[in-house]
Amino acid sequence: MKLTRRETLALGLAATTVTVLPFRAVAAAEDQIAAFTGGADIGSGDITLTAPEIAENGNTVPIGVEAPGAVSIMVLAMGNPNPDVGTFNFGPLAGSQSASTRIRLAGTQDVLAIAKMGDGSFIQTSSTVKVTIGGCGG
Amino acid sequence: MRTILTAGSFAVVALLAAPALADPDEDNLVINDELQMVTETAAPAHMEHVDTIYSGWRFRTDETQALQIDDFENPAMIFVDQGMDLFNSVDGTEGKSCASCHEDVAAFAGFHAEMPKVMNGKLVVMEDFINGHRARAMGAEPWKWSGPEMQAMVALIGLQSRGMPMNVKIDGDAAPYWEQGKEMYYTRYGQLELSCANCHEDSYGLMIRADHLSQGQINGFPTYRLKQAKLISRHNRFRGCIRDTRAETFAEGSDEFRALELYVASRSNGLSVETPAVRQ
Amino acid sequence: MASGVKPRVKVPKTASAGETITIKTLISHPMESGQRKDKEGNLIPRSIINRFVVEFNGENVIDVTMEPAISTNPYFEFEAVVPESGEFVFTWYDDDGDVYTTSKNIEAS
Repeated sequence: MKLTRRETLALGLAATTVTVLPFRAVAAAEDQIAAFTGGADIGSGDITLTAPEIAENGNTVPIGVEAPGAVSIMVLAMGNPNPDVGTFNFGPLAGSQSASTRIRLAGTQDVLAIAKMGDGSFIQTSSTVKVTIGGCGG
Repeated sequence: MRTILTAGSFAVVALLAAPALADPDEDNLVINDELQMVTETAAPAHMEHVDTIYSGWRFRTDETQALQIDDFENPAMIFVDQGMDLFNSVDGTEGKSCASCHEDVAAFAGFHAEMPKVMNGKLVVMEDFINGHRARAMGAEPWKWSGPEMQAMVALIGLQSRGMPMNVKIDGDAAPYWEQGKEMYYTRYGQLELSCANCHEDSYGLMIRADHLSQGQINGFPTYRLKQAKLISRHNRFRGCIRDTRAETFAEGSDEFRALELYVASRSNGLSVETPAVRQ
Repeated sequence: MASGVKPRVKVPKTASAGETITIKTLISHPMESGQRKDKEGNLIPRSIINRFVVEFNGENVIDVTMEPAISTNPYFEFEAVVPESGEFVFTWYDDDGDVYTTSKNIEAS
């Protein structure tokens, strides 16, 4: 079989896609989500994920989550070798269902936040963070 | 040989010709809502090719900048706290701590702004000063140049001068060291044949691959770098830059880096001491 | 234990009863992810703080499950309601079994 230039390019692109989204990580994320939701449907609603559009360094990316009325909020970094980031469980003395932290992102990817609401329903939102690499190391 | 050189020069041009993300931003640095910092001012008279000097803070993204505007947000302050513990810890054969002689670290206000400087006929940088006192007054082992204890102490002493203008002396007995440092600044090193000036004087504001090039000011060192998640010494940063030119680098604590430190510090004369800053 | 672990917390000294306040916390910890290799190519074992809990007078404010994707020197910011005067207790749980605790009093009027 002889490949045209265009077909070769397409093959290359397909290979790249596989590299970017390893099946293992995606499966791990799906497992995490299933464990959190118990397989329930996830809708959209009043949930906010604050993250920079571009992170200068993937080692320390500031993020914030907020979902009024949530019992807990799980954060996943879909492109990390281990997608789990953490889960915020809000107690009776929480002043709001919001929290901020700093996280590691292995590369440009989607960050996902899923909130479990007081009535047992689930809502989610996501945000793409571009992580710049290839600058001057120290 | 000529071919290789040409190829090298071409690579450098390509490296620096990325689309300009442009110049420093217009943000104003006020720390803890009260300490106004000078992040832009007229270049000191000795700088021939630059009119205005800018803090590296002005070249960073809003998220990185935010980490420096509040001392609680600034992760470097963990290490300043550790420095304070070390300041009060007895170490060495004499049974003394820093505090045994210096009592209040606040007495070091202004000291960092004038470092490095010539003391007793030798160019002394802060790490020399600290290890010198550890040896002579405390009978203690020297700390490793870029080790956590040393940089915590440099950061603690540096913090006492935060907000004061950098003001290192370049004439008189400092002149020969300063001249040596200046010559290094304009010398092309490594396989990429890059001098400090190629990036930090000729090309600041441009992107070098994914990095927004600053003027390479050192008024915020030791700096908490997000990449390493710890305090980075001035000499460690010099070493990193020279290594990136694919050169054999000088050692931390070498006379060459002392001289370069004096010269680079003199290029920030007039900017506020930002120690400890936060960078990418 | 991870060496030199040092917690910092920022809590206002006073509040009016029922007020919502902002709390910030930072703790020095390498948060070794278990993904990195040493110079010899051996995997450096995971060693992180895996849980962070805040209570006020014994009642829960926030309980965070932490994974290796939390950055070195973990930072958290969140809000708490202060119903009366009392004590916030902050606890970090290390993989190696160590527990780091610090507390702050607040005066409610």
